[in-house]
Amino acid sequence: MQKIEAVIQPSKLDAVKDALVEIGVEGMTITEARGHGRQKGHTEFYRGQEYSVDLLPKVKLEIVVRDEMVDKAIQAIMTAARTGTIGDGKIFVSKIDEAIRIRNDERGEIAL
Amino acid sequence: MRFPVVKVFLALLFTMIFGASVLTGSRAMAQAAPQAGAQGTGTSQTDRIAALEKQAADNAAAIAAAQTAGDNGWMLVSAALVLMMSGPGLALFYGGLVRKKNILGTMMQTFAMMAVITVLWGLVTYSLAFGEGNAFIGGLHNIFLHGVGLAPDVKYAATIPLQTFMVYQLMFAIITPALITGAFAERMKFSAMLVFMVLWALFVYSPMAHMVWGKGGFLNAALGGRFPCLDFAGGTVVHVTSGVSALVTAIYLGKRLGYPKVPMPPHSVVLSFIGACLLWVGWFGFNAGSALSAGTLATSAFVATHFAAAAAALGWGAAEWFRQGKVSALGAISGAVAGLVAITPAAGFVTPMSALWIGLIAGVFCYMMVVKVKALFGYDDSLDAFGVHGAGGTMGAILTGIFANSVINPIFGAGKPTGLLEGNWHQLLNQIVGVAIAWTLSIVGTLVILFIVDKSIGLRVSEDDERTGLDLSQHGEEGYDWAH
Repeated sequence: MQKIEAVIQPSKLDAVKDALVEIGVEGMTITEARGHGRQKGHTEFYRGQEYSVDLLPKVKLEIVVRDEMVDKAIQAIMTAARTGTIGDGKIFVSKIDEAIRIRNDERGEIAL
Repeated sequence: MRFPVVKVFLALLFTMIFGASVLTGSRAMAQAAPQAGAQGTGTSQTDRIAALEKQAADNAAAIAAAQTAGDNGWMLVSAALVLMMSGPGLALFYGGLVRKKNILGTMMQTFAMMAVITVLWGLVTYSLAFGEGNAFIGGLHNIFLHGVGLAPDVKYAATIPLQTFMVYQLMFAIITPALITGAFAERMKFSAMLVFMVLWALFVYSPMAHMVWGKGGFLNAALGGRFPCLDFAGGTVVHVTSGVSALVTAIYLGKRLGYPKVPMPPHSVVLSFIGACLLWVGWFGFNAGSALSAGTLATSAFVATHFAAAAAALGWGAAEWFRQGKVSALGAISGAVAGLVAITPAAGFVTPMSALWIGLIAGVFCYMMVVKVKALFGYDDSLDAFGVHGAGGTMGAILTGIFANSVINPIFGAGKPTGLLEGNWHQLLNQIVGVAIAWTLSIVGTLVILFIVDKSIGLRVSEDDERTGLDLSQHGEEGYDWAH
Protein backbone atom coordinates (compact mmCIF):
# COMPACT_ATOMS: atom_id res chain seq x y z
CA MET A 1 0.00 0.00 0.00
CA GLN A 2 1.27 3.46 -0.77
CA LYS A 3 0.11 6.90 0.13
CA ILE A 4 -0.10 9.53 -2.57
CA GLU A 5 -0.16 13.13 -1.36
CA ALA A 6 -0.92 15.70 -4.01
CA VAL A 7 -0.81 19.45 -3.42
CA ILE A 8 -2.76 21.05 -6.24
CA GLN A 9 -4.44 24.26 -7.32
CA PRO A 10 -7.89 24.65 -5.69
CA SER A 11 -9.43 25.19 -9.11
CA LYS A 12 -8.31 21.70 -10.20
CA LEU A 13 -9.90 19.82 -7.31
CA ASP A 14 -13.07 18.80 -9.11
CA ALA A 15 -11.19 17.52 -12.16
CA VAL A 16 -8.76 15.50 -10.06
CA LYS A 17 -11.51 13.98 -7.90
CA ASP A 18 -13.48 12.93 -10.98
CA ALA A 19 -10.39 11.41 -12.60
CA LEU A 20 -9.59 9.36 -9.48
CA VAL A 21 -13.14 8.12 -9.05
CA GLU A 22 -13.09 7.09 -12.69
CA ILE A 23 -10.10 4.80 -12.21
CA GLY A 24 -11.64 3.20 -9.14
CA VAL A 25 -10.12 5.07 -6.21
CA GLU A 26 -12.89 5.13 -3.65
CA GLY A 27 -11.51 6.95 -0.65
CA MET A 28 -9.69 10.22 -0.29
CA THR A 29 -9.02 12.91 2.30
CA ILE A 30 -8.97 16.50 1.18
CA THR A 31 -7.63 19.43 3.16
CA GLU A 32 -7.48 23.16 2.52
CA ALA A 33 -3.87 24.18 2.69
CA ARG A 34 -1.64 27.17 2.13
CA GLY A 35 1.82 27.09 0.74
CA HIS A 36 4.19 27.83 -2.08
CA GLY A 37 7.10 26.35 -3.98
CA ARG A 38 8.71 28.68 -6.44
CA GLN A 39 5.51 30.65 -6.99
CA LYS A 40 5.73 34.23 -5.85
CA GLY A 41 2.91 35.55 -3.69
CA HIS A 42 0.99 38.79 -4.03
CA THR A 43 0.63 42.04 -2.09
CA GLU A 44 -2.46 43.14 -0.21
CA PHE A 45 -3.23 46.63 1.09
CA TYR A 46 -5.12 47.36 4.29
CA ARG A 47 -5.43 51.07 5.08
CA GLY A 48 -2.21 51.81 3.30
CA GLN A 49 -0.22 49.06 5.01
CA GLU A 50 1.34 46.72 2.50
CA TYR A 51 1.32 43.00 3.30
CA SER A 52 3.19 40.41 1.22
CA VAL A 53 1.16 37.28 1.16
CA ASP A 54 3.27 34.32 0.12
CA LEU A 55 1.07 31.65 1.61
CA LEU A 56 -1.11 30.82 -1.35
CA PRO A 57 -4.33 28.80 -1.14
CA LYS A 58 -3.84 25.18 -2.20
CA VAL A 59 -5.71 21.90 -1.82
CA LYS A 60 -4.04 18.76 -0.51
CA LEU A 61 -5.40 15.38 -1.56
CA GLU A 62 -4.37 12.23 0.25
CA ILE A 63 -5.18 8.75 -1.02
CA VAL A 64 -3.88 5.33 -0.01
CA VAL A 65 -3.96 2.73 -2.79
CA ARG A 66 -2.75 -0.80 -3.59
CA ASP A 67 0.73 -0.97 -5.08
CA GLU A 68 -0.69 -1.94 -8.52
CA MET A 69 -2.82 1.21 -8.61
CA VAL A 70 -0.08 3.72 -7.78
CA ASP A 71 1.08 4.49 -11.31
CA LYS A 72 -2.46 4.78 -12.65
CA ALA A 73 -3.44 7.12 -9.80
CA ILE A 74 -0.40 9.33 -10.29
CA GLN A 75 -1.11 9.56 -14.00
CA ALA A 76 -4.75 10.46 -13.39
CA ILE A 77 -3.80 13.23 -10.97
CA MET A 78 -1.10 14.65 -13.25
CA THR A 79 -3.37 14.77 -16.28
CA ALA A 80 -6.23 16.41 -14.42
CA ALA A 81 -4.16 18.90 -12.39
CA ARG A 82 -1.58 20.09 -14.92
CA THR A 83 -1.85 23.55 -16.48
CA GLY A 84 1.79 23.92 -17.45
CA THR A 85 2.40 27.04 -15.34
CA ILE A 86 4.33 27.47 -12.10
CA GLY A 87 2.04 26.65 -9.16
CA ASP A 88 0.58 23.39 -10.49
CA GLY A 89 1.75 21.61 -7.36
CA LYS A 90 3.55 18.45 -6.34
CA ILE A 91 2.91 14.76 -5.69
CA PHE A 92 4.64 12.77 -2.97
CA VAL A 93 4.55 9.01 -2.59
CA SER A 94 5.30 7.10 0.61
CA LYS A 95 4.93 3.55 1.91
CA ILE A 96 2.08 2.74 4.28
CA ASP A 97 2.65 0.15 7.05
CA GLU A 98 -0.98 -0.61 7.89
CA ALA A 99 -4.54 0.35 7.02
CA ILE A 100 -7.48 -0.39 9.38
CA ARG A 101 -11.23 0.03 8.91
CA ILE A 102 -12.56 1.42 12.15
CA ARG A 103 -16.07 0.01 11.75
CA ASN A 104 -15.12 -3.67 11.66
CA ASP A 105 -11.37 -3.88 12.27
CA GLU A 106 -10.59 -5.08 8.73
CA ARG A 107 -6.87 -4.76 8.09
CA GLY A 108 -4.60 -4.58 5.09
CA GLU A 109 -5.57 -3.96 1.48
CA ILE A 110 -9.21 -4.89 2.06
CA ALA A 111 -9.47 -1.93 4.40
CA LEU A 112 -8.69 0.52 1.57
CA MET B 1 -90.75 34.87 17.74
CA ARG B 2 -87.35 36.48 18.27
CA PHE B 3 -87.27 40.02 19.65
CA PRO B 4 -86.28 42.25 16.68
CA VAL B 5 -83.04 43.51 18.32
CA VAL B 6 -81.53 45.09 15.22
CA LYS B 7 -84.66 47.00 14.27
CA VAL B 8 -85.14 48.37 17.80
CA PHE B 9 -81.49 49.35 18.00
CA LEU B 10 -81.59 51.21 14.70
CA ALA B 11 -84.80 52.94 15.70
CA LEU B 12 -83.28 54.12 18.99
CA LEU B 13 -80.13 55.31 17.20
CA PHE B 14 -82.19 57.27 14.69
CA THR B 15 -84.24 58.82 17.43
CA MET B 16 -81.11 59.86 19.33
CA ILE B 17 -79.48 61.47 16.30
CA PHE B 18 -82.64 63.21 15.23
CA GLY B 19 -83.29 64.43 18.74
CA ALA B 20 -79.72 65.71 19.17
CA SER B 21 -79.76 67.68 15.95
CA VAL B 22 -83.10 69.23 16.78
CA LEU B 23 -82.14 70.17 20.28
CA THR B 24 -78.63 71.57 19.53
CA GLY B 25 -79.60 73.22 16.28
CA SER B 26 -77.80 76.06 14.51
CA ARG B 27 -77.48 79.65 15.61
CA ALA B 28 -79.84 80.67 12.79
CA MET B 29 -82.48 78.19 13.86
CA ALA B 30 -82.33 79.42 17.44
CA GLN B 31 -82.80 83.04 16.34
CA ALA B 32 -85.49 82.25 13.79
CA ALA B 33 -87.50 80.46 16.48
CA PRO B 34 -86.98 82.51 19.62
CA GLN B 35 -87.53 80.61 22.85
CA ALA B 36 -90.00 82.13 25.28
CA GLY B 37 -89.37 82.38 28.99
CA ALA B 38 -86.37 82.91 31.31
CA GLN B 39 -83.50 81.84 28.94
CA GLY B 40 -82.58 85.18 27.36
CA THR B 41 -79.92 85.40 24.52
CA GLY B 42 -77.37 87.05 26.98
CA THR B 43 -76.82 83.97 29.15
CA SER B 44 -76.47 81.62 26.20
CA GLN B 45 -73.75 83.90 24.70
CA THR B 46 -71.62 83.75 27.87
CA ASP B 47 -72.07 80.01 27.92
CA ARG B 48 -71.01 79.75 24.35
CA ILE B 49 -67.93 81.97 24.77
CA ALA B 50 -66.89 79.83 27.73
CA ALA B 51 -67.44 76.76 25.59
CA LEU B 52 -65.33 78.27 22.77
CA GLU B 53 -62.51 79.15 25.20
CA LYS B 54 -62.53 75.62 26.52
CA GLN B 55 -62.46 74.34 22.96
CA ALA B 56 -59.46 76.56 22.17
CA ALA B 57 -57.62 75.27 25.23
CA ASP B 58 -58.45 71.68 24.30
CA ASN B 59 -57.23 72.31 20.76
CA ALA B 60 -53.97 73.79 21.99
CA ALA B 61 -53.40 70.73 24.18
CA ALA B 62 -54.21 68.44 21.26
CA ILE B 63 -51.76 70.29 19.00
CA ALA B 64 -49.04 70.04 21.62
CA ALA B 65 -49.77 66.35 22.04
CA ALA B 66 -49.56 65.82 18.27
CA GLN B 67 -46.26 67.69 18.12
CA THR B 68 -44.89 65.61 20.97
CA ALA B 69 -46.08 62.40 19.36
CA GLY B 70 -44.19 63.22 16.16
CA ASP B 71 -41.04 64.45 17.88
CA ASN B 72 -40.97 61.75 20.54
CA GLY B 73 -41.54 59.00 18.00
CA TRP B 74 -38.57 60.18 15.94
CA MET B 75 -36.39 60.69 19.02
CA LEU B 76 -37.02 57.21 20.41
CA VAL B 77 -36.19 55.72 17.01
CA SER B 78 -33.07 57.90 16.86
CA ALA B 79 -31.97 56.67 20.27
CA ALA B 80 -32.37 53.10 19.09
CA LEU B 81 -30.40 53.87 15.91
CA VAL B 82 -27.52 55.31 17.92
CA LEU B 83 -27.45 52.26 20.16
CA MET B 84 -27.35 50.11 17.05
CA MET B 85 -24.24 52.03 16.03
CA SER B 86 -22.52 50.60 19.10
CA GLY B 87 -24.00 47.16 18.93
CA PRO B 88 -23.58 45.65 16.46
CA GLY B 89 -22.25 48.50 14.30
CA LEU B 90 -18.99 49.37 16.03
CA ALA B 91 -18.56 45.89 17.47
CA LEU B 92 -18.53 44.44 13.96
CA PHE B 93 -16.52 47.26 12.41
CA TYR B 94 -13.76 46.92 14.97
CA GLY B 95 -14.18 43.17 15.33
CA GLY B 96 -13.41 42.53 11.69
CA LEU B 97 -10.26 44.64 11.82
CA VAL B 98 -8.50 42.65 14.56
CA ARG B 99 -6.96 39.21 14.36
CA LYS B 100 -9.20 36.18 14.74
CA LYS B 101 -8.02 35.40 18.25
CA ASN B 102 -9.23 38.80 19.50
CA ILE B 103 -12.68 39.07 17.91
CA LEU B 104 -14.76 38.40 21.01
CA GLY B 105 -12.46 40.45 23.21
CA THR B 106 -12.91 43.41 20.88
CA MET B 107 -16.68 43.05 20.67
CA MET B 108 -16.92 42.64 24.43
CA GLN B 109 -15.22 45.98 24.95
CA THR B 110 -18.04 47.73 23.08
CA PHE B 111 -20.75 45.59 24.61
CA ALA B 112 -19.44 46.23 28.09
CA MET B 113 -19.90 49.94 27.44
CA MET B 114 -23.54 49.32 26.53
CA ALA B 115 -24.05 47.81 29.95
CA VAL B 116 -21.69 49.72 32.24
CA ILE B 117 -22.19 53.23 30.88
CA THR B 118 -25.96 52.77 31.00
CA VAL B 119 -25.92 52.03 34.71
CA LEU B 120 -23.41 54.79 35.42
CA TRP B 121 -25.54 57.26 33.43
CA GLY B 122 -28.63 56.45 35.42
CA LEU B 123 -26.77 56.71 38.70
CA VAL B 124 -24.63 59.80 38.21
CA THR B 125 -23.19 60.78 34.86
CA TYR B 126 -26.44 62.12 33.39
CA SER B 127 -26.55 64.54 36.27
CA LEU B 128 -22.91 65.52 35.79
CA ALA B 129 -23.44 66.11 32.08
CA PHE B 130 -26.87 67.67 31.91
CA GLY B 131 -27.78 68.71 35.42
CA GLU B 132 -27.66 72.32 36.54
CA GLY B 133 -24.18 73.15 37.78
CA ASN B 134 -21.52 75.55 36.66
CA ALA B 135 -19.93 76.31 33.30
CA PHE B 136 -17.79 73.16 33.37
CA ILE B 137 -19.76 70.43 35.09
CA GLY B 138 -23.32 69.69 36.14
CA GLY B 139 -24.37 69.13 39.73
CA LEU B 140 -25.76 66.13 41.56
CA HIS B 141 -29.42 67.23 41.56
CA ASN B 142 -30.29 64.58 39.01
CA ILE B 143 -28.45 61.61 40.43
CA PHE B 144 -30.54 58.43 40.25
CA LEU B 145 -32.42 60.36 37.55
CA HIS B 146 -34.13 62.43 40.20
CA GLY B 147 -36.34 64.96 38.45
CA VAL B 148 -35.96 63.26 35.10
CA GLY B 149 -39.56 62.45 34.35
CA LEU B 150 -41.94 62.52 31.47
CA ALA B 151 -42.46 66.28 31.34
CA PRO B 152 -40.19 68.17 28.94
CA ASP B 153 -37.35 70.39 30.03
CA VAL B 154 -37.90 73.45 27.87
CA LYS B 155 -34.22 74.43 27.88
CA TYR B 156 -33.19 71.11 26.32
CA ALA B 157 -36.13 69.95 24.20
CA ALA B 158 -39.54 71.49 24.72
CA THR B 159 -41.65 68.89 22.93
CA ILE B 160 -40.28 65.59 24.21
CA PRO B 161 -40.25 64.00 27.65
CA LEU B 162 -37.01 64.67 29.52
CA GLN B 163 -36.55 60.93 29.85
CA THR B 164 -36.44 60.63 26.07
CA PHE B 165 -33.73 63.29 25.99
CA MET B 166 -31.87 61.48 28.76
CA VAL B 167 -31.95 58.09 27.05
CA TYR B 168 -30.99 59.61 23.71
CA GLN B 169 -27.95 61.27 25.24
CA LEU B 170 -27.13 57.98 26.99
CA MET B 171 -26.53 56.31 23.63
CA PHE B 172 -23.91 58.96 22.85
CA ALA B 173 -22.30 58.40 26.23
CA ILE B 174 -22.09 54.69 25.37
CA ILE B 175 -20.49 54.93 21.95
CA THR B 176 -17.90 57.55 22.84
CA PRO B 177 -15.79 55.37 25.16
CA ALA B 178 -16.40 52.42 22.86
CA LEU B 179 -14.61 54.33 20.10
CA ILE B 180 -11.47 54.61 22.21
CA THR B 181 -11.16 50.82 22.38
CA GLY B 182 -9.94 50.89 18.79
CA ALA B 183 -6.64 52.40 19.84
CA PHE B 184 -5.68 49.79 22.41
CA ALA B 185 -7.12 46.82 20.56
CA GLU B 186 -5.63 43.41 21.21
CA ARG B 187 -3.64 44.35 24.32
CA MET B 188 -5.76 45.85 27.11
CA LYS B 189 -6.90 43.92 30.16
CA PHE B 190 -10.70 43.68 30.35
CA SER B 191 -10.75 44.62 34.03
CA ALA B 192 -8.46 47.60 33.51
CA MET B 193 -10.57 48.72 30.57
CA LEU B 194 -13.71 48.73 32.71
CA VAL B 195 -12.11 50.83 35.43
CA PHE B 196 -10.54 53.16 32.87
CA MET B 197 -13.86 53.73 31.12
CA VAL B 198 -15.80 54.48 34.29
CA LEU B 199 -13.24 57.09 35.28
CA TRP B 200 -13.15 58.47 31.73
CA ALA B 201 -16.92 58.79 31.64
CA LEU B 202 -16.88 60.67 34.93
CA PHE B 203 -13.95 62.98 34.36
CA VAL B 204 -13.65 63.51 30.60
CA TYR B 205 -16.98 62.80 28.89
CA SER B 206 -19.29 64.36 31.47
CA PRO B 207 -17.48 67.71 31.66
CA MET B 208 -17.11 67.92 27.86
CA ALA B 209 -20.78 67.08 27.29
CA HIS B 210 -21.75 69.61 29.91
CA MET B 211 -19.63 72.36 28.43
CA VAL B 212 -21.04 71.93 24.92
CA TRP B 213 -24.61 70.80 25.56
CA GLY B 214 -25.40 71.32 29.25
CA LYS B 215 -27.19 74.26 30.88
CA GLY B 216 -24.73 77.08 31.45
CA GLY B 217 -22.04 75.20 29.56
CA PHE B 218 -18.91 77.20 28.76
CA LEU B 219 -19.08 76.27 25.07
CA ASN B 220 -22.84 75.96 24.67
CA ALA B 221 -23.91 77.82 21.53
CA ALA B 222 -27.64 77.22 22.05
CA LEU B 223 -27.79 78.30 25.68
CA GLY B 224 -25.49 81.33 25.67
CA GLY B 225 -22.11 79.85 26.54
CA ARG B 226 -19.08 82.12 26.93
CA PHE B 227 -17.42 80.65 23.82
CA PRO B 228 -20.31 79.35 21.74
CA CYS B 229 -18.93 76.33 19.92
CA LEU B 230 -21.06 74.94 17.11
CA ASP B 231 -21.27 71.22 17.67
CA PHE B 232 -24.53 69.83 16.39
CA ALA B 233 -24.18 66.17 17.25
CA GLY B 234 -20.85 65.72 19.00
CA GLY B 235 -17.82 66.45 16.82
CA THR B 236 -15.91 67.68 19.86
CA VAL B 237 -17.83 65.87 22.59
CA VAL B 238 -17.69 62.46 20.98
CA HIS B 239 -15.08 62.29 18.24
CA VAL B 240 -12.32 64.64 19.33
CA THR B 241 -12.39 63.43 22.93
CA SER B 242 -12.46 59.75 22.02
CA GLY B 243 -9.96 60.12 19.19
CA VAL B 244 -7.40 62.13 21.14
CA SER B 245 -7.83 59.95 24.24
CA ALA B 246 -7.28 57.01 21.92
CA LEU B 247 -3.96 58.41 20.74
CA VAL B 248 -2.81 59.03 24.30
CA THR B 249 -3.77 55.48 25.26
CA ALA B 250 -2.05 53.95 22.24
CA ILE B 251 1.18 55.76 23.05
CA TYR B 252 1.02 55.03 26.80
CA LEU B 253 0.29 51.34 26.35
CA GLY B 254 2.87 50.91 23.63
CA LYS B 255 2.75 48.90 20.45
CA ARG B 256 1.42 45.42 20.06
CA LEU B 257 3.99 42.61 20.19
CA GLY B 258 5.60 42.40 16.80
CA TYR B 259 4.14 45.66 15.46
CA PRO B 260 4.93 46.84 12.81
CA LYS B 261 7.08 44.00 11.47
CA VAL B 262 4.63 41.13 11.99
CA PRO B 263 1.70 41.36 9.57
CA MET B 264 -1.60 41.93 11.37
CA PRO B 265 -4.16 42.38 8.63
CA PRO B 266 -7.89 42.43 9.43
CA HIS B 267 -9.17 38.90 9.84
CA SER B 268 -12.55 39.78 8.28
CA VAL B 269 -13.15 42.86 6.19
CA VAL B 270 -16.59 41.29 5.64
CA LEU B 271 -17.56 41.90 9.27
CA SER B 272 -16.12 45.41 9.14
CA PHE B 273 -18.13 46.11 6.01
CA ILE B 274 -21.37 45.09 7.68
CA GLY B 275 -20.47 47.14 10.74
CA ALA B 276 -19.67 50.22 8.66
CA CYS B 277 -23.00 50.07 6.84
CA LEU B 278 -24.80 49.80 10.17
CA LEU B 279 -22.83 52.82 11.33
CA TRP B 280 -23.89 54.83 8.26
CA VAL B 281 -27.57 54.06 8.76
CA GLY B 282 -27.36 54.51 12.51
CA TRP B 283 -25.68 57.87 12.04
CA PHE B 284 -29.00 59.30 10.88
CA GLY B 285 -30.15 58.84 14.45
CA PHE B 286 -26.90 60.34 15.71
CA ASN B 287 -27.02 63.49 13.57
CA ALA B 288 -30.61 64.00 12.49
CA GLY B 289 -31.78 63.00 15.96
CA SER B 290 -29.66 65.78 17.39
CA ALA B 291 -32.28 68.17 16.04
CA LEU B 292 -34.26 66.89 19.05
CA SER B 293 -37.42 67.16 16.97
CA ALA B 294 -38.90 65.69 13.81
CA GLY B 295 -39.06 68.96 11.93
CA THR B 296 -37.12 70.53 9.08
CA LEU B 297 -33.84 70.77 11.00
CA ALA B 298 -33.84 66.98 11.27
CA THR B 299 -34.28 66.80 7.51
CA SER B 300 -31.34 69.15 6.99
CA ALA B 301 -29.12 67.15 9.27
CA PHE B 302 -30.21 63.86 7.69
CA VAL B 303 -29.40 65.05 4.19
CA ALA B 304 -26.07 66.62 5.17
CA THR B 305 -25.05 63.44 6.98
CA HIS B 306 -25.76 61.23 4.00
CA PHE B 307 -24.06 63.49 1.47
CA ALA B 308 -20.92 63.83 3.56
CA ALA B 309 -20.62 60.05 3.94
CA ALA B 310 -20.90 59.53 0.21
CA ALA B 311 -18.42 62.26 -0.73
CA ALA B 312 -15.92 61.04 1.84
CA ALA B 313 -16.10 57.45 0.60
CA LEU B 314 -15.31 58.75 -2.87
CA GLY B 315 -12.54 60.98 -1.53
CA TRP B 316 -10.76 58.19 0.33
CA GLY B 317 -11.31 55.87 -2.62
CA ALA B 318 -9.84 58.37 -5.05
CA ALA B 319 -6.83 58.89 -2.80
CA GLU B 320 -6.30 55.13 -2.66
CA TRP B 321 -6.65 54.73 -6.39
CA PHE B 322 -4.11 57.48 -6.90
CA ARG B 323 -1.60 56.14 -4.38
CA GLN B 324 -1.82 52.38 -4.75
CA GLY B 325 -3.71 51.78 -7.97
CA LYS B 326 -6.78 50.10 -6.50
CA VAL B 327 -9.77 51.09 -4.37
CA SER B 328 -10.20 48.69 -1.48
CA ALA B 329 -13.43 47.81 0.30
CA LEU B 330 -11.80 48.68 3.61
CA GLY B 331 -10.79 52.04 2.18
CA ALA B 332 -14.23 52.84 0.87
CA ILE B 333 -15.96 52.06 4.16
CA SER B 334 -13.29 53.85 6.18
CA GLY B 335 -13.81 56.88 3.98
CA ALA B 336 -17.53 56.85 4.60
CA VAL B 337 -16.97 56.69 8.35
CA ALA B 338 -14.50 59.57 8.17
CA GLY B 339 -17.08 61.68 6.36
CA LEU B 340 -19.71 60.82 8.93
CA VAL B 341 -17.34 61.86 11.70
CA ALA B 342 -16.54 65.18 10.05
CA ILE B 343 -20.17 66.08 9.37
CA THR B 344 -21.18 65.31 12.96
CA PRO B 345 -20.53 68.81 14.31
CA ALA B 346 -21.79 70.42 11.11
CA ALA B 347 -24.89 68.37 10.30
CA GLY B 348 -27.58 70.82 11.38
CA PHE B 349 -25.74 73.94 10.24
CA VAL B 350 -24.75 73.40 6.62
CA THR B 351 -26.27 73.06 3.17
CA PRO B 352 -26.19 69.78 1.26
CA MET B 353 -23.53 71.12 -1.09
CA SER B 354 -21.36 72.19 1.83
CA ALA B 355 -21.80 68.71 3.23
CA LEU B 356 -20.35 67.28 0.02
CA TRP B 357 -17.29 69.49 0.43
CA ILE B 358 -16.88 68.60 4.10
CA GLY B 359 -17.09 64.91 3.25
CA LEU B 360 -14.61 65.13 0.40
CA ILE B 361 -12.07 67.04 2.47
CA ALA B 362 -12.45 64.69 5.42
CA GLY B 363 -12.12 61.59 3.26
CA VAL B 364 -8.80 62.68 1.80
CA PHE B 365 -7.51 64.20 5.06
CA CYS B 366 -8.24 61.13 7.18
CA TYR B 367 -6.74 58.88 4.50
CA MET B 368 -3.49 60.83 4.79
CA MET B 369 -3.62 60.71 8.58
CA VAL B 370 -4.07 56.94 8.63
CA VAL B 371 -1.77 56.01 5.79
CA LYS B 372 1.06 58.53 6.05
CA VAL B 373 1.08 60.29 9.41
CA LYS B 374 0.63 57.14 11.47
CA ALA B 375 3.58 55.45 9.79
CA LEU B 376 5.60 58.64 10.13
CA PHE B 377 5.19 58.83 13.92
CA GLY B 378 5.07 55.10 14.45
CA TYR B 379 2.30 54.95 17.08
CA ASP B 380 0.16 51.81 17.13
CA ASP B 381 -3.32 53.26 16.96
CA SER B 382 -4.49 49.81 16.01
CA LEU B 383 -7.87 50.58 14.50
CA ASP B 384 -7.25 54.22 13.61
CA ALA B 385 -9.43 55.72 16.31
CA PHE B 386 -7.28 58.85 16.27
CA GLY B 387 -6.79 58.92 12.51
CA VAL B 388 -10.50 58.80 11.79
CA HIS B 389 -12.26 60.15 14.89
CA GLY B 390 -9.68 62.43 16.46
CA ALA B 391 -8.44 63.94 13.22
CA GLY B 392 -11.80 63.77 11.44
CA GLY B 393 -13.59 65.32 14.38
CA THR B 394 -11.08 68.15 14.64
CA MET B 395 -11.28 68.82 10.90
CA GLY B 396 -15.07 68.69 11.05
CA ALA B 397 -15.24 71.16 13.92
CA ILE B 398 -13.05 73.62 12.01
CA LEU B 399 -15.03 73.18 8.80
CA THR B 400 -18.23 73.80 10.75
CA GLY B 401 -16.91 77.23 11.62
CA ILE B 402 -16.39 77.84 7.93
CA PHE B 403 -19.52 76.41 6.37
CA ALA B 404 -22.20 77.04 9.03
CA ASN B 405 -25.10 79.02 7.60
CA SER B 406 -27.92 80.83 9.41
CA VAL B 407 -30.33 79.96 6.59
CA ILE B 408 -30.12 76.34 7.72
CA ASN B 409 -30.01 77.10 11.43
CA PRO B 410 -30.35 80.61 12.85
CA ILE B 411 -28.68 79.61 16.11
CA PHE B 412 -27.44 83.10 16.94
CA GLY B 413 -30.72 84.73 15.94
CA ALA B 414 -32.59 85.13 12.67
CA GLY B 415 -30.36 86.54 9.95
CA LYS B 416 -27.22 86.68 12.16
CA PRO B 417 -24.25 85.28 10.20
CA THR B 418 -23.05 82.01 11.62
CA GLY B 419 -19.97 80.78 9.79
CA LEU B 420 -16.97 82.21 7.99
CA LEU B 421 -18.40 81.99 4.49
CA GLU B 422 -21.44 83.89 5.71
CA GLY B 423 -19.25 86.65 7.04
CA ASN B 424 -18.68 85.68 10.68
CA TRP B 425 -14.98 84.84 11.02
CA HIS B 426 -15.25 85.03 14.83
CA GLN B 427 -16.93 81.66 14.90
CA LEU B 428 -13.80 79.98 13.59
CA LEU B 429 -12.00 81.20 16.71
CA ASN B 430 -14.75 79.80 18.90
CA GLN B 431 -14.49 76.48 17.11
CA ILE B 432 -10.75 76.42 17.75
CA VAL B 433 -11.35 77.19 21.43
CA GLY B 434 -13.79 74.29 21.65
CA VAL B 435 -11.41 71.93 19.90
CA ALA B 436 -8.49 73.08 22.08
CA ILE B 437 -10.49 72.45 25.25
CA ALA B 438 -11.47 69.00 23.99
CA TRP B 439 -7.85 68.15 23.18
CA THR B 440 -6.56 69.43 26.52
CA LEU B 441 -9.21 67.76 28.63
CA SER B 442 -8.71 64.51 26.75
CA ILE B 443 -4.92 64.50 27.00
CA VAL B 444 -4.68 65.52 30.63
CA GLY B 445 -7.68 63.52 31.83
CA THR B 446 -6.70 60.38 29.98
CA LEU B 447 -3.06 60.50 31.10
CA VAL B 448 -4.04 60.85 34.74
CA ILE B 449 -6.57 58.03 34.52
CA LEU B 450 -4.15 55.75 32.67
CA PHE B 451 -1.51 56.37 35.30
CA ILE B 452 -3.87 55.61 38.17
CA VAL B 453 -5.23 52.42 36.62
CA ASP B 454 -1.81 51.24 35.48
CA LYS B 455 -0.23 51.70 38.90
CA SER B 456 -3.11 50.03 40.71
CA ILE B 457 -4.13 47.06 38.58
CA GLY B 458 -2.03 47.25 35.43
CA LEU B 459 -3.38 48.12 32.00
CA ARG B 460 -1.80 45.75 29.57
CA VAL B 461 -2.23 42.00 29.26
CA SER B 462 0.83 39.82 29.80
CA GLU B 463 2.89 38.85 26.76
CA ASP B 464 1.59 35.28 26.97
CA ASP B 465 -1.99 36.47 27.10
CA GLU B 466 -1.41 38.80 24.18
CA ARG B 467 -0.01 35.91 22.12
CA THR B 468 -2.87 33.60 23.11
CA GLY B 469 -5.40 36.26 22.26
CA LEU B 470 -7.99 38.18 24.26
CA ASP B 471 -10.82 35.74 23.54
CA LEU B 472 -9.16 32.96 25.48
CA SER B 473 -7.11 34.94 27.96
CA GLN B 474 -9.74 37.49 29.01
CA HIS B 475 -13.00 35.67 28.37
CA GLY B 476 -12.28 31.94 28.24
CA GLU B 477 -13.89 31.65 24.84
CA GLU B 478 -13.01 31.25 21.21
CA GLY B 479 -14.80 33.38 18.67
CA TYR B 480 -14.34 30.77 15.95
CA ASP B 481 -14.34 27.13 16.88
CA TRP B 482 -12.94 25.11 14.00
CA ALA B 483 -13.44 21.78 15.71
CA HIS B 484 -17.25 21.70 15.52
